[in-house]
Amino acid sequence: MIEIKKLNKSYRIGQNSLHVLKGIDLKINEGELVAIMGSSGSGKSTLLNIIGMLDNYDSGLYSLDNFPIKDLDETKAAKYRNQFLGFVFQSFNLINYKTALENIALPLYYQGVSRKERQGIALEYLDKVGLADWAEHLPSELSGGQKQRIAIARALASQPKVLLADEPTGALDSTTSEEVMSLIKKINKEGKTILVVTHEHDIANMCNRIVTLKDGVIMTDVKIK
Amino acid sequence: MFNKDSWKEIFDTIQKNKLRTFLSGFTVAMGILIFIILFGLGNGLQNSFGKFFTDDKVNTIRLYPSSTTIPYRGYKSQRRIKFTNSDLKDFKEKFNSKIEDIVVRNSFYNQIKYKEKSNNYSVRAVSPGHQEAELTIIMKGRYLNEGDIANKKTHVVIGRLVAEDLFKDEDPIGKYIFGSGHSWKVIGVFQDEGGDREERNLYVPYSTMQKIQKNNDEIDQMIVIYDKNMSYDESLILEKELESYIKKKKFISPEDNRGVYISNTGEGQENTRQFASVLNIIISFIGIGTLIAGIIGISNIMVFVVKERTKEIGIRKAIGASPKSIIAMILQESIFITIISGYSGLLTALLILNLIGDSLMEKYFISNPYIDTSDAVWATIILIFFGALAGYLPARKAARIKPIIALRDK
Repeated sequence: MIEIKKLNKSYRIGQNSLHVLKGIDLKINEGELVAIMGSSGSGKSTLLNIIGMLDNYDSGLYSLDNFPIKDLDETKAAKYRNQFLGFVFQSFNLINYKTALENIALPLYYQGVSRKERQGIALEYLDKVGLADWAEHLPSELSGGQKQRIAIARALASQPKVLLADEPTGALDSTTSEEVMSLIKKINKEGKTILVVTHEHDIANMCNRIVTLKDGVIMTDVKIK
Repeated sequence: MFNKDSWKEIFDTIQKNKLRTFLSGFTVAMGILIFIILFGLGNGLQNSFGKFFTDDKVNTIRLYPSSTTIPYRGYKSQRRIKFTNSDLKDFKEKFNSKIEDIVVRNSFYNQIKYKEKSNNYSVRAVSPGHQEAELTIIMKGRYLNEGDIANKKTHVVIGRLVAEDLFKDEDPIGKYIFGSGHSWKVIGVFQDEGGDREERNLYVPYSTMQKIQKNNDEIDQMIVIYDKNMSYDESLILEKELESYIKKKKFISPEDNRGVYISNTGEGQENTRQFASVLNIIISFIGIGTLIAGIIGISNIMVFVVKERTKEIGIRKAIGASPKSIIAMILQESIFITIISGYSGLLTALLILNLIGDSLMEKYFISNPYIDTSDAVWATIILIFFGALAGYLPARKAARIKPIIALRDK
């Protein structure tokens, strides 16, 4: 599903160049649930941003579902993000003046799905994350765990090929974290490819593969039974 | 993105962000409101200013004979110059091509009686053209005509206040009043924009008065009405021509500043015109100033609105919004709000101007404040355009920000 070869990325900071990713090779098959681990500065977030088309890379190869991703302009990147990817963020990133249902329906709006159809699909996913009764609530009226479940539903609504989660449990307590992770696992079992960036071992251990980054290179890549 | 669904999305956003909508709408409405009211009041000031100077006809030259101060051609100084009916005839013939009329005005001050009531009034013995020169407005009956002059009729046209003084509620037309030892038939009542003093005058045929005054044919004052299409400079030339002609005819030294006194109301008009144009510049300045202030206000609020939405823009982009759709969303929203509020500001302002009407005339000399519809509409369009532009620039910037950076915005 995801194929990365000799991926390099540097940031220019004044006169100096900071080499963040140093020739990453990574292949993720369809239906995998992969945790990307590493301390801060290891390059894990940069890698996720490149995979998520939120950032460009300097050299190497990246293809998504056999589709080469390189030098996209903003309009194309937006289109591909909308078609291929679903995002889950640490800070939920729900639009605060829209209800739970409207937040979930928003990616479909950008896909050009009709209003009625959007509502139906959004309700379906709301039900899937177990929050059907909260459709008309604003994010401010929801708990952290509920917000993250809404965010997951939103990421799934556009039926992406890959779900990218950046520290999805970073802002949640352990009980809620587990709830959210079991939801992610459930979605994975249904066949969705999922990447989770985390620094928590408990969370990583719930995935079926752990890739550990350090100083821009992959240190370990272990499968968990 | 100009489909029904995107409008629904925008109405949704507007509805759920009432404070933001109100703030930007209010700024636009206020901008338009203040512009139109100030501009309208300025026009009102100009209106009243115009009124003050339209009491008398402006294209006139007044000729008053007086005494000479320099001996000339065997005549001693201190000689009193007199105009007569034959002078009037000669002047008219000489300047026929350049003038509309020469009006006679001989002034008296007489006791006028009607039944038991009597009072002293200024009586003007005039020719019919005097009505045009003085812009006298007939309320009832008629003004003096050529027949009255030719037949030396004892007819009189009385001022509104004279009629009030002497006749109270009675209809004065056809009644006889007594003055200068004769009975005069009232044939008309007039009013005058010049005020109370003007409306305490009486007008009689100058020929009749000349006959009563022991058959003389003297004229105190002539008012030359010249072609109103004549420019101020041309009227000055006419004035010079009149002066040299009269001085020659009456044997007055060309160096003598007296002998005949000539005053051109065109001069006053020229001053009025200059003052009005200065007033106009001030009003335009105020107008442009408020418009600019309005534009700045709208730009501020737009920049603020977009800034406030940076994170939302990041979220929308992360889930698939193209930069174009982001710009379209913000532009459509801001144009929609500015059009609605600009239009309501426009209507409110016009309503206020209408309500003000002439109520500020007494104290502030503002009468009938108004604004040309085209001026008002243009101002609204300009504000809407700049409102949109002020929304577009930060929107474009926000749409270019990488979503990852926008998402970090708190």
